[in-house]
Amino acid sequence: MENNIITSVLLFVPLVGAMLVLLFPQKNAPLIRFWGLFVSLVTFVVSMVIYTGFDPSVSGFQFVHKIAWIPSLNITYYLGIDGLSILLILLTTFITPLSLISSWKSTGHKVKEFTFFMLLLEVGMLGVFLSLDIFLFYIFWEAMLIPMYFIIGIWGGKRRIYASVKFFIFTMAGSLVMLVAMIWLAVYASEQLGSFTTNLLDLYKVGPNVPHNIQSWMFLAFTLSFAIKVPLFPLHTWLPDAHVEAPTAGSVILAGVLLKMGTYGLIRFCLPLFPQSSIQFAPYISVLAIIGIIYGALVAMVQSDMKKLVAYSSVAHLGFVVLGIFAFTEEAMQGAIIQMVNHGLSTGALFLLVGVIYERTHTREIADYGGIAKIVPVYATALMFTSLSSIGLPGLNGFIGEFLILLGTFKSSVLGNWWFAVFATSGVIFAAVYLLWMYQRVCFGKVTHDKLNKLEDLNTRELVTLLPIFVFIVWIGIYPSTFLRLSEVFSNSLINYIMKI
Amino acid sequence: MVINTIFNSFHLIGPEIAVALLLLAVVIFDLAFPKNKKFLPWLTITGIIVAGFLTVKQYSLESGFVFESGNTQGLIVIDNFAFFFKLLILGVSLLIILFSVSSEELKNCYDRAGEYYTLITGMILGMFFMVSTVDLITLYISIELVSFSSYVLAGFIKKSKRSSEAGLKYIIYGAVASGIMLFGISLVFGYTGTTNFYQINHIVVHSLSPDFLLSLAFILIFVGFGYKISAVPFHFWTPDVYEGAPTTITAYLSVASKAAGFALLIRFVKIIFFTGIDENGYWILSKAFNWSYLLIIISVLTMTVGNFAALWQNNVKRMLAYSSIAHAGYMLAALTMLSEQGLLAIVVYFVVYGLTNLGAFYIVLLIHNKTGSEEIDDYDGLGYQMPLMGVAMTILLVSLTGLPPTAGFIGKLYVFISILDAPHYTLAVIVALNSVVSLYYYVRIIKHLYLNNPKVEREFTFPVTQTILVLVLTIPVIILGLYFGPLLEMGKVSLRMFGF
Repeated sequence: MENNIITSVLLFVPLVGAMLVLLFPQKNAPLIRFWGLFVSLVTFVVSMVIYTGFDPSVSGFQFVHKIAWIPSLNITYYLGIDGLSILLILLTTFITPLSLISSWKSTGHKVKEFTFFMLLLEVGMLGVFLSLDIFLFYIFWEAMLIPMYFIIGIWGGKRRIYASVKFFIFTMAGSLVMLVAMIWLAVYASEQLGSFTTNLLDLYKVGPNVPHNIQSWMFLAFTLSFAIKVPLFPLHTWLPDAHVEAPTAGSVILAGVLLKMGTYGLIRFCLPLFPQSSIQFAPYISVLAIIGIIYGALVAMVQSDMKKLVAYSSVAHLGFVVLGIFAFTEEAMQGAIIQMVNHGLSTGALFLLVGVIYERTHTREIADYGGIAKIVPVYATALMFTSLSSIGLPGLNGFIGEFLILLGTFKSSVLGNWWFAVFATSGVIFAAVYLLWMYQRVCFGKVTHDKLNKLEDLNTRELVTLLPIFVFIVWIGIYPSTFLRLSEVFSNSLINYIMKI
Repeated sequence: MVINTIFNSFHLIGPEIAVALLLLAVVIFDLAFPKNKKFLPWLTITGIIVAGFLTVKQYSLESGFVFESGNTQGLIVIDNFAFFFKLLILGVSLLIILFSVSSEELKNCYDRAGEYYTLITGMILGMFFMVSTVDLITLYISIELVSFSSYVLAGFIKKSKRSSEAGLKYIIYGAVASGIMLFGISLVFGYTGTTNFYQINHIVVHSLSPDFLLSLAFILIFVGFGYKISAVPFHFWTPDVYEGAPTTITAYLSVASKAAGFALLIRFVKIIFFTGIDENGYWILSKAFNWSYLLIIISVLTMTVGNFAALWQNNVKRMLAYSSIAHAGYMLAALTMLSEQGLLAIVVYFVVYGLTNLGAFYIVLLIHNKTGSEEIDDYDGLGYQMPLMGVAMTILLVSLTGLPPTAGFIGKLYVFISILDAPHYTLAVIVALNSVVSLYYYVRIIKHLYLNNPKVEREFTFPVTQTILVLVLTIPVIILGLYFGPLLEMGKVSLRMFGF
């Protein structure tokens, strides 16, 4: 395989950019902001170059970059992109500049540190999606916690410290169990293949041969770590805290990309490494996913805080993604992958909109609003549009993902029971209830507070952050095949591979 | 005959002789120039470098027993294993002396600087013998040499009640532990009629079932080791001594003295019980005593008690003391496997832990210099007031937690590899969960440094030399986290023990 340096370029642009931020004078905040934006845009351009060169008809990894790293343990620096990661990489490079723009005003203090951590976070996220070596993967997976810890902890809301520590400990607990499983697998590979290896592609050959009862444990260890990240019910309790306390940019990144690392991990690691156990546990995990869908929706319904409402809606939406993954049909897998992108866009936009209004009024309580549609019509339109996309209105992006997932779940031979799909569908209805109800209380009716009359509508900067997202929301809704074709070959080959075993 | 043997093996203990001469030189220099104590640290450093040079020269030397006569094999051996630990001890001592130069705490005892460096040199000498002894008597004497020097050092700041209390507690616990150990040694001697490890090995190898008397003797001896490496339940002295002693000495005890204790324990177990090695690198030990059980219990206790006790500490030094107990637990977990893989993990872990822990203690010392406090509440917002120290401390704490991309992760990784190679799932999961617990209190320090707002607005500046020293300790922590190939090679080489 030819080594292709562009994947490393993608990874190192934000890293170098982050290091250079440290050299900037602390006082020159605009310069630092522009630099951060510039670096993240360059990263986006690099990812577009990769996108144009990406051949969706090829199964397997492209743009592979492999260098020996620690030869005595067979650890390699090994990057590559396939139909699964390309979409998530594009999502990452797309969301990062937007969240940087969104925080232009709101992070008034310590801009330098903020930009540094945001860029570092981008490195971590890209690294997770690019790594094809479990050692490398684990480094990025863990290293990413530190910038996120600081972003929540320094720029967050009132209970930021509690939220950041909770986030850190939850994720770390899961990942250490995964580390144990990873090392066990690498040691097992040394018996099977003759040498200790952390190369994911080699481990793919080893995983399915692991004796059945140990495989179950390995599967559960990996799944625990990813399920905490997703977050799958009942491991979701860190999410509302982290989301509510994080600054807008942090919430956007958290919802937009970080949560996807969990579902990405399930697809990349759990399924192909332990196919037998994945099928064995599929019904149980699907049940948890459905509980998550309904529970998330019901809890979202009774929230009085807009941000918390959106946070719980994430639990519900990601339940759909997990259900799609464990249905083991091509449609559902495709749907899960596109739904990961959809959720990143819709929920990201929702957090941005909540952030916008919070910046003006410093309250997120739904009760503090009312009738603002007359005062800020553009804002109200944008909120309507985003809510509809999140609900899954046909013609917008959410519909495509949810439809494919439900279709796949109905057909699923592994789950073998159409009740799964029936219950999941109810989640779609609940989503309409909580979002539209929230919308009604915030935007319609009489203007309840005098202060609201002075509310300013969306300014240019905010429109710049929202419009690109809206373009994609419509694009995916109307012509999804631009995106579906990227992951088609990947989904087919993965499902075929698993069903064969 | 005996005289000849002694003369012939003199060149083998070159480094030890150099350290002993250094000790005398410091005493003489101190007496000769009572006014000029500024040169003492530099004299000591020169001596350490000379000893280091002699040690490195020994590396190419054909290994041999020292003081070998007749059928009694020698008292100490020179092998790669001892070589590695001697260099580690010298490196740590060098750093500690540099730390001492910048310690405000010790400036109050400036008139007794001579004693201070003499005692540190004494500890080095003792530890040199500890890591290379193969004889029960030498073992006991070397442990006592180290202990007595450290009793005095722990109580060095006479004016501080805390420090005096530390010294006193240390000596009481130490005396009891070494008394028990001596009793164990006498039982072994009574049973086998020899004090030499290899000869004891000859006798122990043939026993096919646990022997009550021998088991009792080895448990008693283990008390001595447990005390030295502060393993639970012999750890009670650790927090008080670590908190009360001057920070330099705390750092020294937590790294060098612990390393020497581990080296001794490993050599003791491996030589005395060794009957062979299987193709996967696992030791086949004599059935006379089941080390595996004892070590597993001690290791689980040590890490769990260390971590949970650290959770409640509000004094950073005391917190690091408990955390160092936990780290000893992780290393014991690797030793439990009784394999070459496990030894490699310990060797790697010591390098990593040494760097990181020294760095953390040094920053605690520097902060104490400026603020006069080690309480965690006084760390509020310090990360912004001393940016470089804050970042360095954060990196070091992340490394102590064992998160990538720092060296601490490599240490943990190796511990996990050695445990899962066996495989011993339960222990691996216990180590993993313990790391999560440790995350909480390490992150608590980071939280105070950055997330809490400072109580007082102030700026701190540090001399260039101190800044450089911090960087010297911090940068390798990152580099070793990403590129640890050479560390592994060095570890593997150092495990070639003489005679196997």
